[in-house]
Amino acid sequence: MPSALINVPAKAKRGDVIEIKTLMSHIMETGYRHTVSGEVVPRDIITSFACRFNGTEVFRADFYPAVAANPFLTFFTTVTESGRFEFEWIGDKGFSETASASITVE
Amino acid sequence: MVVTRRLTRRNVVRGAAAVAAAAALARPALAQATARVAVIGGGFGGTACARALRRLDPKLQVTLIEPNRIFTACPLSNEVIAGLREFSAQQFSYDKVAADGIVVAAQAATKVDAAARTIGLADGSTLSYDRLVLAPGIEMRFDALSGYDEAASAKMPHAWTAGEQTLLLRRQLEAMDDGGVVVIAVPAAPLRCPPAPYERASLIAHYLKARKPRSKILVLDAKDNYSQQKLFEHAWAELYPGMIERIALSQGGRVTAVNPASNEIVTDFGNYTAAVANVIPPQRAGRIAAIAGAADRTGWCPIDPVTFASKLVPNIHVIGDAAIAGGIPKSASAAAAQGRACAAAIVGALAGKPPEPPRLDGACYNTVAPGYAFSLKGIYQPKDDLYAEAEVTTSPVEASREVRQREADEALAWFNAITGDAFG
Repeated sequence: MPSALINVPAKAKRGDVIEIKTLMSHIMETGYRHTVSGEVVPRDIITSFACRFNGTEVFRADFYPAVAANPFLTFFTTVTESGRFEFEWIGDKGFSETASASITVE
Repeated sequence: MVVTRRLTRRNVVRGAAAVAAAAALARPALAQATARVAVIGGGFGGTACARALRRLDPKLQVTLIEPNRIFTACPLSNEVIAGLREFSAQQFSYDKVAADGIVVAAQAATKVDAAARTIGLADGSTLSYDRLVLAPGIEMRFDALSGYDEAASAKMPHAWTAGEQTLLLRRQLEAMDDGGVVVIAVPAAPLRCPPAPYERASLIAHYLKARKPRSKILVLDAKDNYSQQKLFEHAWAELYPGMIERIALSQGGRVTAVNPASNEIVTDFGNYTAAVANVIPPQRAGRIAAIAGAADRTGWCPIDPVTFASKLVPNIHVIGDAAIAGGIPKSASAAAAQGRACAAAIVGALAGKPPEPPRLDGACYNTVAPGYAFSLKGIYQPKDDLYAEAEVTTSPVEASREVRQREADEALAWFNAITGDAFG
């Protein structure tokens, strides 16, 4: 079962650099492995991640088969107003998950 | 008739080779009579090695360097924490080791000069050796976890080396109010005794169930999977339903910081306040390994798996928890098996014999309640320059209580045997 973990500070001062952490539980099947009978195990990875703040993209990452299972990302951004971070993971087999978190800027 | 041999280039080379061969043969014979082997560290690995050296070659001069006059054993110390076992049952003296003709130097080794083959001791004296065995065990990395230094361990005990830390954790559990949360922070591999955090959680649950039944245990884990996991999970569901919660790495369980003043434990995704905080930090080889130059950037010691010879410094062997031994878990029984194999390799090398690849036995018992234990037993052999599992047997997940009882009896018999080998 996919599940997202998000760590966004609840509060920050205007202009602060804040750290955001995300973890999505997901296997990262490379597509390069074979079963004992010789069939290719189909690729099943997360292919992209995006973070938007009040609708504007502030961070994006593309993933490839070398990335380990349960991708954990930590990145930084600055905030100038209160608002909402939205996170989106997209992957193979129609995988799509979202999460969000609010921040109050003082 | 006089035969004169013409001095050809080939003859000169052959002659020189013969002289070299004679020297190589003569040296072991000389060394055998007088060789001095020093062992640093009087745990299960060091004592097994020192005693095996004397047994294999009674002429060897063997010195065991260990600052503690009394050894406190880690195996079964989780039972001490849970109030099921007397602390004194964990303690052993070196009297019988000394009676084997081993010189026991009750001092800390502070320096090793691998080029001069000397050891500096805490009292300022120097000891020379032909071969040195390092069996220093582990030390806590007090620089690895934000907020967790040596002072913090007096508030948030690791209890990962047996002694005062064991008793401190026991006292904290005894003093805790009913309804408190005991947090156990588990580091990523490698660590000493990989299944022991879960044995500890089990035995603390046993104590709380009887004495403080509204309390809970939270295991914050920097690993997703661990040794004998199915057996532990089965036992927890059977014995301690709802008492032990574990947050694995992929659920955000990795501890990133602690605050000893508030007893807070911080992970990437959460903050937890503990009534009792058992913080097991990342570890590395005991300090003397780094001083001797035998530890690499990981903090552990790369070795030749056949001879336990350090890959970094000559005439030094490393055994036990400090060594990088591939698939062998860092455990007392593995350390003792390595100590004996290392002794055989050293005696063989001093006699000029080629080394034989060892086959090591390891046993690991986990007691989750009085009379309820299971185990993992392995045989390990060198493969691709490391140790690999040749055979591993784990107790069945489904078994009768008679089977668990028998393994609990076996666990105690195992402890008596290994401490008897080391100190009896």
